[in-house]
Amino acid sequence: MFKRKRSTDDFAEEIKAHLELEADELKREGLSEDEARRKARLEFGNVRAAHERFYLKNRVAGLDHLAQDMKFAIRQLVKNPGFSITAILVLALGIGACVAIFGFVDAALLEPLPFANPDRLMSVNESSVESPRWPLSYPDYLDWQRLNKSFTSLDVYGGRGYLLRTPSGAEPVHGERVSGSFFQTLGVHPMLGRDFYPGENRPGGPNVVILSYGAWLNRFGARDDAIGQTVDLDKEAYTVIGVLPREFSFAPSGDAEFWVPLNNFSFHEKSRTFYNFWGIGRLHDGVTIQTALAEMKAIAEQLKRQYGITGPELSASVVPLSEIIVGDVRPILLTLLGGAGLLLLIACVNVGSLVLARSESRRREIAVRGALGATRARLMYQFVTEGLLLAGFGSLGGVMVAGVIMKFLGHLVPKDMALNMPFLGGVGLNAHTGTFAAVMALMVSLLLAATPIWQLSFRELRDGLADGDRGAAGRLWRRLGANLVVVELAVAVVLLAGAGLLGKSLYRLLHVPLGFDPNHLATAQVNTSGTVSKNDEQTVVLYREIVRRVSRLPGVESAGMTSMLPVQCNCAIDRIHFPGRPYHGQHNDVDERHVSAEYLPTLKARLLRGRFFTEADNSSSPGVAVINQALAKKYFPGEDPIGRRIANDEGGNPSIWEIVGVVDDVREGPLDVETWPAEYFPINQTREHYFSLAVRTGQDAGTLLPVVVNTLHQIDAELSVSDEATMNEKIDGTQTALLHRFSAWLVGGFAALALILGVVGLYGVIAYSVNQRTREIGVRMALGAQRSSVYRLIMRQAAWLAVAGLAIGLVCSVGTSVLTRKLLFGVQAWDGMTLGGVAVLLGLASAVASFLPARRAASVNPVEALRAE
Amino acid sequence: MATQKSVDDRIALLQGTLDLLILKTLVLGPCHGQGVARLIQRRSEEVFFVDHGSLYLALQRLEEKKWISAKWGVSENNRKARFYSLTAKGREQLVEKTSEWARLTKAMGLILSNQVDPSVEEA
Repeated sequence: MFKRKRSTDDFAEEIKAHLELEADELKREGLSEDEARRKARLEFGNVRAAHERFYLKNRVAGLDHLAQDMKFAIRQLVKNPGFSITAILVLALGIGACVAIFGFVDAALLEPLPFANPDRLMSVNESSVESPRWPLSYPDYLDWQRLNKSFTSLDVYGGRGYLLRTPSGAEPVHGERVSGSFFQTLGVHPMLGRDFYPGENRPGGPNVVILSYGAWLNRFGARDDAIGQTVDLDKEAYTVIGVLPREFSFAPSGDAEFWVPLNNFSFHEKSRTFYNFWGIGRLHDGVTIQTALAEMKAIAEQLKRQYGITGPELSASVVPLSEIIVGDVRPILLTLLGGAGLLLLIACVNVGSLVLARSESRRREIAVRGALGATRARLMYQFVTEGLLLAGFGSLGGVMVAGVIMKFLGHLVPKDMALNMPFLGGVGLNAHTGTFAAVMALMVSLLLAATPIWQLSFRELRDGLADGDRGAAGRLWRRLGANLVVVELAVAVVLLAGAGLLGKSLYRLLHVPLGFDPNHLATAQVNTSGTVSKNDEQTVVLYREIVRRVSRLPGVESAGMTSMLPVQCNCAIDRIHFPGRPYHGQHNDVDERHVSAEYLPTLKARLLRGRFFTEADNSSSPGVAVINQALAKKYFPGEDPIGRRIANDEGGNPSIWEIVGVVDDVREGPLDVETWPAEYFPINQTREHYFSLAVRTGQDAGTLLPVVVNTLHQIDAELSVSDEATMNEKIDGTQTALLHRFSAWLVGGFAALALILGVVGLYGVIAYSVNQRTREIGVRMALGAQRSSVYRLIMRQAAWLAVAGLAIGLVCSVGTSVLTRKLLFGVQAWDGMTLGGVAVLLGLASAVASFLPARRAASVNPVEALRAE
Repeated sequence: MATQKSVDDRIALLQGTLDLLILKTLVLGPCHGQGVARLIQRRSEEVFFVDHGSLYLALQRLEEKKWISAKWGVSENNRKARFYSLTAKGREQLVEKTSEWARLTKAMGLILSNQVDPSVEEA
């Protein structure tokens, strides 16, 4: 047997033998030696070509060409540093933005939750008309757990603040009370110690606690002997029985450090209508969400009948737990990913047209290579190689850009918010983002390679030689380049419109009527449960002392306290009814705030009728209430609410409150939610251990914060003070504001880049066309065309492109905005002002981009233009 | 090849027919490339012209398909030459291709002889 692959030498040998045999034969036929040799060679044809073809056939040539093409492509890139750097930079930005946003999408939406079989974990709760997810009451939970057949286990959790006694004083800490099999339901096992024993969650069970990994690390120095030690929470000793694993995080509980079994209930918590706990459940295998939901709804209905709960609306809700954890950020992330995708598209188009323009100026080179025998396929390989190289470098840069962006964006998320988004920890360059980047790179290189190939296949190579760089040559590129630039401009319009709408939403959001003056307002969270003030009188005395001392600080105008600061959430909800009116358990849910006499004036809330509270409204006087306009409108339409009464269940006691004042709506809930009805009670009549202090200052509120904290500690060293911040910081830090700001800034950034790229693209097209038409313009001018008509000629061409891009873009942007309307606030998808603004902006930018080449065209010297060719 | 255009009565070989001709030539016994080229030309009464570059590529191709095998040897006039011979597989192929060819020419003949006047089609 011979070798599998013949060597070229062997082949050459055979050809040589052939020529000799042929010559012998010819000689025999009577030719002379020389004649025979010559004829043999002639008969054979092109010997070199035969060698070449044999060589090509032995695929080694493929690799050979690749290396050649690579070398040539690198030389080309180095030769045109301007082109190469621009193209690589633009690609890097586009790919980087895409990969970075994908990093977040991957971590938040694609990575499963860090629990066993997370897709079987459901959030199981009540649902109401106002909110699709409404907490459970403990008795209802017990019945749901007992009656349901859909879940292998059903558990509840509820956050709670504790005061932890430490050597350096009392410290407010975040704890979570959970039912016994909570961790089993999640499929999480303590990494140290044990889970709760079955009996430990029954009422009267022992005080035991499982630590978070962070608490174990920071408070117990990660020592194994932490198990069995005790911690003092709210002046009760809890025995540490376990430590949760490091990777454990349960987003709804944020940074809870102390996990205690639910075995100790307040008076309210035993009530069937006190909704305070959130439920999770693990579905039985084979049970669908729909089945489970239907069953839970039936159970809720049955319980309602059984216990005569007459409120009409409450039902059950079963949704995947992942929905609860990432539901809020999904539309934002998808919008951002869309935006980044558009940016990448524009980047590709931009680089594509650069490549195209350059391949146009390389026509002669291509034609020469073609004439010298380069096959079309060979020329195409060359372009593919160059495309690959550009895309490769671009992607490499993109990955670096993505790394930076991801780190930067990660830092932008405030710590409080990040705690509820544990998936942020998984953001970064990893296998997923790497794969994504690779796919992006592949697509980009295909696109970049396809553009010149497409153009190449439309053209006779020979033309390139015939007419050099002139005339018809430009037409094709002009048409192609022009179409591409229209795409670019349209995409830029879509991004600009999106950014405009999001920006306007943000503006609207930050300028919703608050009903109070957030400037020069300092706030702090105070917890008095560690102090000596045991009875009610002492507490009220402490309140008075705090307000008196803080108010007297230099630079402070007034100070007041509230159970909860405005613009936080519609939580701390009260269910009220009205004495004298029939009550059938309607869910008249209103925000409930306990405030000191000075609080509402300190906020500069506007009193509409009646009066604010005074110090005379105390525990010995009849209960009074101030209501907001929304409550007055909803429940006392066309009536004067002053003197009317509202009733509720205050601290488990049925109570009646007389309305003494109506205040203009203070926005208690989040910025993007309609103001709820709200009621204010004098804090002196209800007394709270936790409250917030609001301090109106004459100058910058931030500078006074340390002074306020100091003063509070002077009043009582056992007062715990936390979360000191100005009101404006508080508002800016709310999730709503942050999410809107995030999306507005990011999409704004994308849009700015897109605008620049689009306008540069337009400039490129017009400038190139002016270059190509120099001769034509020269002829026109020689024949008497005015400068103004040359301007018109060029600008008209640009105007058509800009108008086409604008028109397509505006139509598309209405479509995309409708898709993302979830993110809009107080602005319609077809907001005329925004779209008009985008049109004007793009129009102006396009005008500038086309004016420059037009001026160059108008200043063409006809004589030189004609001579130049 | 363009260089051979001047010889008018020669016909360029149809794609694929060269393989068949080579196989047929080798039925007579082992032969080197030059001999194959000569034989084809001679036996077609000089109608076919074999492009030698194509011939050697075809030989290579057939060798890779194991239809023919090759061995360096010595020619009748004492020249070193690479001799090709038909394999069993090549023999099978020859039978198959020959009948295929017969069917093709028969069909072509049927169509071409039915065409009364080629110029009518153009109108």
